[in-house]
Amino acid sequence: MKNKTLEEKLYTLKFKPDIYSHLKANQEFCKNCESKVCTTICPANVYDWLDAEQKLVINYENCLECGACRIACPHSAIEWRYPKGTCGVTFKKS
Amino acid sequence: MENLTDDIQFKNRTEVIVVGGGPAGVACAITLARAGKEVVLIERGSFSGAKNMFGGAIYTDATREIFPDFEENAPIERRNVKHDYVVLNNEDSTTISYRNKPAECVSYTVMRGKFDRWAVEEAKKAGVIVIEETVVEDLIIDYGQVTGVKTEVEDYYADIVVLADGVNSLLAKKAGLRENLSGHDVALSVKEVIKLDSRTINDRFNLKDDEGSISTIFGGAMCGMLGLGFMYTNKDSISIGLGITLSDLAKSGLKPYEILDKVKTHPTIAPLIKDGETVEYSAHLIPEGGYKKIPTLYAAGVMVTGDAAMFVNNLHWEGTNLAMISGKLAGETAILALGKKDFSEHCLKIYQEKLEKSFIMKDLYTYRNLMDELSKRKDSFLNYYLIKVNAFFAMFTSANGKPKRELFRKYIKHFITDRSFTEIFKDIWCVIKLLWSILIK
Ligand SMILES: Cc1cc2nc3c(=O)[nH]c(=O)nc-3n(C[C@H](O)[C@H](O)[C@H](O)COP(=O)(O)OP(=O)(O)OC[C@H]3O[C@@H](n4cnc5c(N)ncnc54)[C@H](O)[C@@H]3O)c2cc1C
Ligand code: SF4
Ligand code: SF4
Repeated sequence: MKNKTLEEKLYTLKFKPDIYSHLKANQEFCKNCESKVCTTICPANVYDWLDAEQKLVINYENCLECGACRIACPHSAIEWRYPKGTCGVTFKKS
Repeated sequence: MENLTDDIQFKNRTEVIVVGGGPAGVACAITLARAGKEVVLIERGSFSGAKNMFGGAIYTDATREIFPDFEENAPIERRNVKHDYVVLNNEDSTTISYRNKPAECVSYTVMRGKFDRWAVEEAKKAGVIVIEETVVEDLIIDYGQVTGVKTEVEDYYADIVVLADGVNSLLAKKAGLRENLSGHDVALSVKEVIKLDSRTINDRFNLKDDEGSISTIFGGAMCGMLGLGFMYTNKDSISIGLGITLSDLAKSGLKPYEILDKVKTHPTIAPLIKDGETVEYSAHLIPEGGYKKIPTLYAAGVMVTGDAAMFVNNLHWEGTNLAMISGKLAGETAILALGKKDFSEHCLKIYQEKLEKSFIMKDLYTYRNLMDELSKRKDSFLNYYLIKVNAFFAMFTSANGKPKRELFRKYIKHFITDRSFTEIFKDIWCVIKLLWSILIK
């Protein structure tokens, strides 16, 4: 079988995004962060580092709420909470 | 809502609040409700299971303890009869396959989106009041005693609060019961559910009717990392995924779903899922810290259960059973405490004592050194020897005109010379130490 792209994989899920992000990063830490590990470890590719703007973009709408970024960030720069009770991802067949 | 008592309706007060509607929370709540206690269960998902993912299989014995008739009533996918251990190399592989005696059934595959939802309905029938779509944000602590919870909407009060909020347990942290988790204490798991018709699944996995198969996968794209893959058969789909220790994954710089993609294209795995379609993708953390990372399990007015307490036996993919039984033991403790009207730390210590007598603490203690030792020697046990296993069978099954003695000698020579004596010695020492701690003391 052909592997789906990540976008296609995420498309298999139901998301109900909140109007506010449940994830925030302290960008001061990000600027000096060598590994930027959030950009590789996240199973939904939520984090993008924009080099030109020296800015971390957080596509929180795709978050699978696993908690990996919170623990992996070497600077504890992520303020992480669950989305509101009515929002976020829904798994049905997992 | 007409069956709510005045206390719950007007004062938001109940006897026990359980946070989290996974296996631990439901087992705890149902134990209390069956004993006639008033219990409110709060779950953040729009239904129980909406936020949950696992391999996976639930274990017959533990599940029966909570739901004696689950084999007739629960939404079960398949009855597992076969367990394969698959060691992948780049292109070849070695598999050991065990098939149960026909009458035995150790586990069943389920989907959490269906099973957790069913379990919570059973809890409701037993009298548990369930509040869904509500995140518990914090605990209410009065003079050192937990007396309730703060949700996004309102506060609720109880004599006892049971934390069954899963691996991330932000609440156990807030209550000061546990430290921050590190990348060594959890594995990140990604999974895909691949749709295939049941006949094809039965043919490919050598099953009949509702028989199911479990595979534990070593090596391949996970080589050298502390990680395991898994494959479970559902009625008309296959769950395939992997879990890799977060610190190893972080160091590798690889994306978790790309590693899974690679495992899926291995020549041993690809034919099993051929022509299937991924119908759901998911991710979740698995507690890996084990015995050494168990948090403080109780304090005045509060107990911690299931994944929130690190109750997972990784090597065996056991978690739901530890969750259910710890939930039940917390429920039993709460019943005793309510009887005595004593919610002090001293009284709730019974929970810890019950756990210590159960398989939960005993098994976690048995494996207390496993992850640390494996992590230290992962290049040996999760890379070098896995390759050697496949190399052995490649040699043993060859019929290439070379004399067997020559082949054997060459294999043994390489086995010894590809690795320095110090490394081999360290590996042997590690195995001895591990076996000692598992079998003896
Ligand atoms: C990839 C993978 C494979 C696994 N395979 C198996 C297997 O095959 N067999 C097995 O037995 N175990 C397996 N496990 C382990 C098993 O899934 C867990 O041990 C088990 O689910 C733990 O149950 P729990 O009730 O403690 O936590 P969870 O099942 O995580 O439930 C916690 C619940 O609390 C809710 N919640 C969390 N925070 C809040 C809050 N603040 N407010 C309200 N609600 C909240 C969540 O939405 C969730 O419903 C696997 C785990 C993973 C990740
Ligand atoms: S890993 Fe942490 S500090 Fe580094 S870029 Fe990501 S969020 Fe910022
Ligand atoms: S919680 Fe998981 S899915 Fe969400 S942003 Fe963090 S790593 Fe990505």
